[in-house]
Amino acid sequence: MTTAVSAPTERAEQVGEGRVGTVPRAAGAAVLSPWLDRLLARMGPFDADACMSCGICTATCPLGIDVLPRRVLRYAALGLGDQVRAAGDTIFSCLLCRACEVSCPAGVHITEDIRLLRRWLLQEGW
Amino acid sequence: MGLPVRDVAGILADNLRLRGSVLPIPARRATAWARGLGIPRGGETVLYTGSMYQLIPYIERLVRLEQRLGNGRLAALTGLARRANRLVNGVSLVARPSAAERREYDRIPANVARLLQRAGVEFGYLYEDDLYSGALAHDLGADAEVAVHAQRVVAAFRKHGVRRVITIDPHTTNMLRSVYPGLVPGYDVRAQSYLEVLAERGPGGTVSGVDEGDGHPAVVAASSPTSETSAARPGRPPGLRVVIHDSCVYARYENVIDAPRRLLGAAGITALEPEQSRTRTWCCGGPAEALFPQTAAAVATQRVAQLQAVAPEGVTMCPICLVNLRKAADGRLHLRDISDYLVSAVAPESGGVAP
Ligand code: SF4
Ligand code: SF4
Repeated sequence: MTTAVSAPTERAEQVGEGRVGTVPRAAGAAVLSPWLDRLLARMGPFDADACMSCGICTATCPLGIDVLPRRVLRYAALGLGDQVRAAGDTIFSCLLCRACEVSCPAGVHITEDIRLLRRWLLQEGW
Repeated sequence: MGLPVRDVAGILADNLRLRGSVLPIPARRATAWARGLGIPRGGETVLYTGSMYQLIPYIERLVRLEQRLGNGRLAALTGLARRANRLVNGVSLVARPSAAERREYDRIPANVARLLQRAGVEFGYLYEDDLYSGALAHDLGADAEVAVHAQRVVAAFRKHGVRRVITIDPHTTNMLRSVYPGLVPGYDVRAQSYLEVLAERGPGGTVSGVDEGDGHPAVVAASSPTSETSAARPGRPPGLRVVIHDSCVYARYENVIDAPRRLLGAAGITALEPEQSRTRTWCCGGPAEALFPQTAAAVATQRVAQLQAVAPEGVTMCPICLVNLRKAADGRLHLRDISDYLVSAVAPESGGVAP
């Protein structure tokens, strides 16, 4: 039997430092900090950057919370730590039910990403 | 309003670190279900409960306390409770279910043991070394505590020479099969749900070759009684039709989808599919219960409505689903664990099905 395991994936192995910093930015554009994304990538197979922002996950989520999980993943991938912290309660209310994950066209490991965000929040002293 | 997440998560992680379980209960209570069943201690293959069903009456008591106090007052106490809990096991002080409440959930591991014995599976039990798997702490992201705890569980396996575990609930199955290999180097214990074990062997040798897969049927009979199994077992409720609730963890993490349907079918029970089932199952809401009880109740209420639309009786296969859906159903939908149905079909004299 195959199991849907949260094992590291090829994509996760590619996750590493420098990725966000390679994106050229227009002068005056908001500087997005890659530190959060890098930190999470070190904790485990964090792959929020694979998200295409289609919103299918949010549409299928039984909780019906606007920021869960698409925007939370986007905040994390962009390194927007304050927004991730502000969404802390929402991140902990996720059921880890994977209704979103089985529908995600990009194969993002949404529940493992959420678990890693929880770990980060607890470590942060949020 | 939810409870202060950090403090509640902290209490659960402290308990795991200090007492080996997120909700520590005395070993004599956790192992009471095995009395009189003659299960040997240890062995290469063991039935592993992870105390999940045994914990439910304690969780129910804590939830009732939470409802009595109200979230606001409880929230104010949580920080203090965390500090006190480091010194004294808070669960043993505030959650004291009655013997009848404990028996209601102790019956389920006993059902499973009887089903395995009847199918000719040889297994032991670790008694006081049958430790909680760490599932809830893992969900909360308390990874450091879970990694240490997993070493403890694996040390118990090694002490007793365990090579294979048969699990009872989806959360323990997921931890021992899919999470522990990433936490414990050299982990080589094979973990299977009893539903898979029974479906492979077949109750009375009638079911075999479990073919896991998915489909999204509408409201149709998932499995119908085979003439062979219907005729063979006296005392089975004839033509019983129940709506099936897939656990998210079994269906979407562990691919345990067909085994319960095959077992119910072989037991002469027709499993009806609700609007969302198999890999599209709708969560029971239970995972939010500890921190956001209102959220948990809202999700459960939606699921109960989906199930109720199909049949007045339902079958669950996870202790968290069972307790959360029962609470939301409030008697409008009659829910039982799958082991109750299977035991009553193969051995009606054992009194497996709750009154
Ligand atoms: S479904 Fe997948 S790709 Fe689409 S927004 Fe959600 S995580 Fe991103
Ligand atoms: S795993 Fe979390 S975000 Fe995804 S559908 Fe379930 S509750 Fe929503």
